[in-house]
Amino acid sequence: MNTSTLTPFPFGSPPLRDPAWVGRVAWLSVLVVLLWPLTVATEFKPWVLLEADNLRVSAQFISSFWPLAHSSEFLLMVARDTWRTVAMATVGVTLALVIAIPLTLLNTRVLSVSALSGRMARVPFLVRQAVRWLLIVLRSIPELVWALVFVRVVGLGPTAGVLAIALTYGGMLGKVYGEILESSGTQPTETLLRNGSGRLQAFFYGLLPTSAAELTSYTVYRWECAIRSSVVLGFVGAGGLGQQLDNSMKMFNGGEVASMLLVFVALVALADRVSAGLRKALG
Amino acid sequence: MTVATALTTSNPGLSLQLVDLSARHPAARSGAAAALRGVSLRVNAGEQVAIIGPSGAGKTTLLQVLACALPPTEGSYTLDDQHPWQLPRRALQTLRGQLFLAPQVPPLPPRQRVVTSVLAGRLPAMGLWASLRSLFYPGDIPAAFQALERFDLAEKLFERVDRLSGGERQRVGLARGLLAPARLWLIDEPLSALDPTRSRQAIATLVEEAQARQLTLVATLHQVDVALSHFPRVVGMRDGQVAFDLPAAQVSREHLTRLYDQYEHELRGEVLVVSDAPSAAPQPVAMHCR
Repeated sequence: MNTSTLTPFPFGSPPLRDPAWVGRVAWLSVLVVLLWPLTVATEFKPWVLLEADNLRVSAQFISSFWPLAHSSEFLLMVARDTWRTVAMATVGVTLALVIAIPLTLLNTRVLSVSALSGRMARVPFLVRQAVRWLLIVLRSIPELVWALVFVRVVGLGPTAGVLAIALTYGGMLGKVYGEILESSGTQPTETLLRNGSGRLQAFFYGLLPTSAAELTSYTVYRWECAIRSSVVLGFVGAGGLGQQLDNSMKMFNGGEVASMLLVFVALVALADRVSAGLRKALG
Repeated sequence: MTVATALTTSNPGLSLQLVDLSARHPAARSGAAAALRGVSLRVNAGEQVAIIGPSGAGKTTLLQVLACALPPTEGSYTLDDQHPWQLPRRALQTLRGQLFLAPQVPPLPPRQRVVTSVLAGRLPAMGLWASLRSLFYPGDIPAAFQALERFDLAEKLFERVDRLSGGERQRVGLARGLLAPARLWLIDEPLSALDPTRSRQAIATLVEEAQARQLTLVATLHQVDVALSHFPRVVGMRDGQVAFDLPAAQVSREHLTRLYDQYEHELRGEVLVVSDAPSAAPQPVAMHCR
C-alpha cells in the first residue's frame, strides 16, 4: 500500500496513550474494591498462621503424624472401613445415576422433536423447565444437610450417607450431563430425529456415541468426589473411614490420621487411573 | 443388486407439491430476503429430479422444506395430499420416517462404527428394543455390507467413522439411505467431497436404486454435467426462485449461462477443491472441568 494515500493523523502526531488503558485501570480498581469487603467478611488474615503460638500448635500436630499407625488391628479396621467408604460412594453414585439419567433425557433440548423446526412446543417446554428446577433443588442442598436429615430418619450408618450422596449427586450429574450432551456435536442426532427416529433411538445412535467418553470421565470424577464427600458425611455419623478419621482427630492421634489420609490419596489416584483408562478405551 | 427391497417394493415413492411457497432460514436476520420466494413445484411419485443453481440460490433451504425440517412462511406444501404442518406432532414424526434427508455434511458420530451408522438408517422402522439390541450386536450385517458395497466401501464395515476420509464418510451417509424405509430421498450435495469418478458412480447408484424401488429422489447438485447426464428432469434455481424446470435434454447452454450469470466459476466446477485425503488423527476428547 502506498503510505501517501493514508489520511494523516488529525493532530499531526501519533497518539500518546492507548485509549483502552483508562477502561482497563477502571475495571481493575472496581474488582479490588469489590474483593476487599469479601476478605473482611471471611476474616481472611493469613498472617495469623505465622504467629509463634500457632506455628507451635501446627508443628505439634503435624509431627505427631509420624510414625504412621500400623498395628494389625488398626489396619484391619481401616481396611474394613475403606471398603465401607468405597461401597457408600459407589452405591451413592449408582443411585444418583438412576435419578440423573431419566432427568437428563427429559431435560436435553437436542432431543426435543418440536424444537427441530423453530420454537419448542409449550408442554415440552414446561416439562423441561420443571426438570431444570428439580435438578437445582436437588443439588443446591448440600449432601451434609441431606445426611443430617437422613441420620434422623434411618439412624446412624452408611445408609444415610448413600441417600445423601444420591440426591445431591443426582442433581449435579443431571445438570452436567445435559451440558455435555448439548455442547457435543448435535448434527447426527438432529438428522436422526429429522428422518423419523424416536428420541431414545436418536440418543443411543447419535448423542451417546458422540459424548460417551466425556460422560464416563465426568462420572468417574464424581465417584472420586463421592469418596471425599463420604469422609465429611462420616463426621456426622454416616460411618466409614470418615467416622474413624473423626474419632482419631478428636483423640489427637496423628499417626492414625496420617495413615487414613494416605488411604484417601490412594483411592483418588485409583479413580484417576480408572478414568484415564476408560477415556482411552472410549476415545 | 437392490438392498432391502423387501421393505420398499410395495411402497412406491411419495409425490410432493409446493404452491407459491416462501420460507426463510430460522437464523436469518429479519430484514434479509427470504431464502425461498414463491416457489411452485410438483414432483410425481417415482420421479428423479436434480436441483442446480449457484451458491445461495436456496437449494438447501428447499430440501429442508421438503424434508419437513423447516415450516414454510407462506404458501403450501403437500406430500401425497397430506399437509405435514397440520398433522399432530406424532403423525408428523411418522411421516418424517418415510423421508430420508442426507445433509451435505455426513451426520455420523465420529466414534461410531460404520456398520452402526449405516444400520441407523433403519431406525424409523425399528422398535426401541430392536435398536438397542442392534447396538449390542449389529442386527443385519449383510444388509449393511451390501449397502456399503454399492458405494465401494464394503471393506470399511467395522471401521470407526473417524478413521475414514471425508469422501468415504459422505458415501457412508449415502449408504445409510439405502437402508432407510423411505419413500422420498432428499440428498443435499452428495458429491461435495468426492472426486469426479466417485461422483458419477455414487450418483448412478442413487438414481439406479431410486428407479428400481420406484422412489422419489430430489438431489441438489453443484456438478451441472452430472445432473444433466443422470437425471431425467432438472430444476434450475436462482435467488430463491425457480428459474427453469425442464427435462434434462431440453436444458440448453443458454439456460445455464443465464442461471450462473456472475457465478461462471461454479458452472466450470471450480468450487470442487475438497480433497479426498484421509482425515487427521481423531480429535482429543475435550475435558470438562466442573
